[in-house]
Amino acid sequence: MNVDFKEIAVRGIWRQNTGLVQLLGLCPILAVSNELVNGVSLALATVLVMTLSSATVAALRGFIPHEIRIPVFMLIIATLVTVLEMAMHAWLHALHQVLGIFLPLIVTNCIVLARVEAFAAKNGPVAAAWDGAMMGVGLVLVLAVLGGARELLGAGTLFNGIERILPAAQPWRVLPDAYPGFLLAILPPGAFILLGVLIAARNAIVMRRTSQAAGVPAAA
Amino acid sequence: MNHQSDNSSPEQPAADDALAAATDASDAYTVSARAAAILLVFALLATAMMAMVYRATQAPIAASTAQERLRRINEVLAPAEYDNDLLRDALSIPPEPALGLASGSEVLRARARGQPVALIFEAIAPDGYGGAIRLLVGVRADGRLSGVRVLEHKETPGLGDYIDPARDRRRARPWIEQFVGTSHAELGDAGFRVRKDGGQFDAVTGATVTARAVTVAVGRAAAWAHAHRAELFAASLSGTERP
Repeated sequence: MNVDFKEIAVRGIWRQNTGLVQLLGLCPILAVSNELVNGVSLALATVLVMTLSSATVAALRGFIPHEIRIPVFMLIIATLVTVLEMAMHAWLHALHQVLGIFLPLIVTNCIVLARVEAFAAKNGPVAAAWDGAMMGVGLVLVLAVLGGARELLGAGTLFNGIERILPAAQPWRVLPDAYPGFLLAILPPGAFILLGVLIAARNAIVMRRTSQAAGVPAAA
Repeated sequence: MNHQSDNSSPEQPAADDALAAATDASDAYTVSARAAAILLVFALLATAMMAMVYRATQAPIAASTAQERLRRINEVLAPAEYDNDLLRDALSIPPEPALGLASGSEVLRARARGQPVALIFEAIAPDGYGGAIRLLVGVRADGRLSGVRVLEHKETPGLGDYIDPARDRRRARPWIEQFVGTSHAELGDAGFRVRKDGGQFDAVTGATVTARAVTVAVGRAAAWAHAHRAELFAASLSGTERP
């Protein structure tokens, strides 16, 4: 089978970006994007789960009857997340402390099930793993930008909490200590507003490119 | 299945339909049974895998949890201040309303050369903004607080979570450190309140409820430990009666 890896990567990171285009998995996006380290850590864990679950489903797709595919997919995803959670608790305790209750919630992130259903169930394991990873990378980028912006606006810092993962690293106090903080950015409404700004920015780029391709000067 | 007997019409096509329906039904039955069997196999495989990982991770998880507990204790009382095996000098106590505890708990007793140094125990502030806040409190033999740490809370991230020094923006002097060295004997119940309520302790604007809950709970815990310090230090480990 001929797999277009570049096409899958472009689709996962830009064209069908989970956070900005498909708008799937908003629950973790809102919950953990209040700080850069939180957001990126959970997004990386999601990349791992998506890669493994897509590969597993693709490898087993011949054995899964159509009628019960969703329960079986959920079983596979939930098992992988539980295993990951226990392994992280045992061997990556610091990271487990940071991600806490959000880790088991990866099961409920519909983007994992969506990619398994839409892609992994119809493709080979290698292509499916790549698709899951690239969709996850798209999520990492959105959560990095959103988490960074919310932390910077809200608290004036970046990388707060990094010392819990890398003991040698220190949080970066970007704005002066006198910065009073901007509460709205940290609270859930701030996540909605900034996510809206990101979506608007992406749409603006897409529109500009489209109009340039058509030979018309950009309107904006 | 009683498709034939249900079919009161004598017409041939209707009988054919009934026959077809019966065949479909038995097909559907086969498909369902097969699907159920496959689902069962997947469920068994998943359970077996989780059981294996559970067995493999149980010991490391217990070890890292114990290490985490010791780390918290060290933050409340510096290890250099005592020389006994703190975790083994643990006195079981029944549910203690003054500490907000609904179930039995433990009081760790720190000693240096046999002399009482401090009591370390859990207390719960029931009225945080997001519910109960679990605290670890250290009270010295003279009634002064040696330290307070938050073990568990559900306060708003970025707003009320400054009670955990790891989440506090003022790294140099985290909010929770202002309890160190204070004494309930000196401040009384009225002093163990946030400034807004006439007490001695600062709160972060916009998240007073959190600070109020912790401050009052710490005050109650300090009062309890000071009032019962003699019994708590003297009690033998076999005794679990109320101090």
